[in-house]
Amino acid sequence: MGSRSGAACDLTSHSLLTAEQRAIYQAPALVRQTLGSARSVAIVGLSTKRQKASYFVATFLKSRGIKVIPVHPKANRILGERVYPTLKDIPEPVDVVSIFRPSHECPIYAAQAVDIGAKVFWLQLGLFNEEAAMIASAGGLDVIMDLCVKMEYGRYDGTMRFLGMNTGVLTAKKAQIGRISSYQDVDASECSIEV
Amino acid sequence: MSKPDQKRDYGFETRMLHAGHVPDAVTGSRAVPIYQTTSYVFDSPQYAAELFDLKQYGNIYTRINNPTTAAFEERIASLEEGAGAVATSSGMAAQLVTMMTLLEPGDEVVASQHLYGGTRTQFVHTFRKLGVTAHFVDPDDFDAWEAAINSKTRALYAETIGNPQGSVVDISRLAVLAESNNCPLIIDNTFATPYLCQPLNHGAHISLHSATKFVGGHGNSIGGVIVESGRFDYSHYPTIANPSPSYHNLRFYDTFGLHGFLMKARVETVRDTGSCLSPFNAFLLIQGLETLSIRMDRHVKNAMAIAKYLEDDPNVEYVAYPGLESSPYHELALRYCPRGPGAVFSFGLRGSDPRAAGRRFIEALTLFSHLANVGDARSLVIHPASTTHQQLSDGELVASGIDPGMIRLSIGLETEEDLLWDLDQALRAI
Repeated sequence: MGSRSGAACDLTSHSLLTAEQRAIYQAPALVRQTLGSARSVAIVGLSTKRQKASYFVATFLKSRGIKVIPVHPKANRILGERVYPTLKDIPEPVDVVSIFRPSHECPIYAAQAVDIGAKVFWLQLGLFNEEAAMIASAGGLDVIMDLCVKMEYGRYDGTMRFLGMNTGVLTAKKAQIGRISSYQDVDASECSIEV
Repeated sequence: MSKPDQKRDYGFETRMLHAGHVPDAVTGSRAVPIYQTTSYVFDSPQYAAELFDLKQYGNIYTRINNPTTAAFEERIASLEEGAGAVATSSGMAAQLVTMMTLLEPGDEVVASQHLYGGTRTQFVHTFRKLGVTAHFVDPDDFDAWEAAINSKTRALYAETIGNPQGSVVDISRLAVLAESNNCPLIIDNTFATPYLCQPLNHGAHISLHSATKFVGGHGNSIGGVIVESGRFDYSHYPTIANPSPSYHNLRFYDTFGLHGFLMKARVETVRDTGSCLSPFNAFLLIQGLETLSIRMDRHVKNAMAIAKYLEDDPNVEYVAYPGLESSPYHELALRYCPRGPGAVFSFGLRGSDPRAAGRRFIEALTLFSHLANVGDARSLVIHPASTTHQQLSDGELVASGIDPGMIRLSIGLETEEDLLWDLDQALRAI
């Protein structure tokens, strides 16, 4: 007897996006591949305040061995990392551009992310801007919107489980230490990460 | 064949067995292990600092979280399609933790008057000590709900299936009313379980359980759980939005978004009240969840057969089971509990002295266990007028919604014919 409900296990049911948009901008494979391969993340709008969400995300990424590059107009150093006033001032390669600024500002950052040759343009949970997404996509970047970088990492490396949150990750395969966990029938080896 | 990057929406039974636990990376343990430990060694001083600052997801202390308990929490959150869950030492603790997380002195709650007696006592007397006032209204009367709501109201509260009236609450209508007043709707879903009703999918924001009952299902463990939808907008809700002095002025909603309420409930309220679930009880409750759908189908089948039988018996005045077409709540039951409205219900004995008849009925039963619980695999019975409410006069009983001849049953998983036989011989003995 099956009793599947249409909304069963929909981790993104809190999203601002439609189901079609979620399939593009919140695809689990894209999220996992991004988190599993990122070496550097530039965070636009990283706060200097330790109780802000962006500060939590940056602390978490650093602990996973990912280079955090703060982008902030005034600060000098955040979490010990050198701060750049804009994305275009960053002198090193950037894999992911993560945005913690209001949605309406996002098209500017999308154009800059294209200019610096980033691979993924990621708008934090609560942010959505289709114009920005089109600019980034046209420039060859993958786009993720309305998801939290830390929550997604915790979902797929299994640690978000420790707080009783609904990860939606369901598998009978053995967990792998220090890896973005195997997701259904996708080979986990393609997403190994160093911690 | 589906594409590997396509996400499958797994069915309820699959989630009953798999959600919340991936086989252990080192041992490969298939069953959820019992982590009977108080504490957890930190990776490094820096990691410990980040953990206490909530910047890492990790285990701190079993009063706050525990891997066995977390598996139970995620599993029930998955079954109710919530953002997550926080387990508590009992169902009463689940209510108290929820309210202490949401409310401040001076706040008010509007609740259905068809509540478990223990809940009503907590809301009236314990809340008073915390400076919180509860108002009780007829759950069917939406004018009464609206009239009781004022600028101090911070939550609406009801049970999916209220006892002893067998009333089913109109969850989606109540959710609209709650949201228009910037209040979360809290539903006690104990009698329905996640299998028979998913309140969050009908618009409720928080679903509570006494997991002691059908979730555990075997009458061996006290426990509770709070499931939250993650869909309530707390940005203008003081306790969850404002800087919290009890966690370094952290603003839980701003920082954790859809996890804000649950994080605050766990790292502040459960931390400070010590109302955590024991890992061993979490393990037992997980065993219950793994067979929930199969058990509930049988509970409902037996309950339906017994309710129909009682309805036709000349010694029975009424049967308050919303599965019966005669129930005024039958339509709501079909909408909110399409697989059946649970297995706990009351009926009334007829006779010149119904209180004495109730006593004789209990004495004559041989298979029903006479005790103060519901939701066991075994069938249970209680006669409030000769036990929990014995000191009340007939008039006082009626005023509290209980009549002298009222019997409450919790129908178990025994052979249907045996239960019918036992009830029949006891009804003939009164």
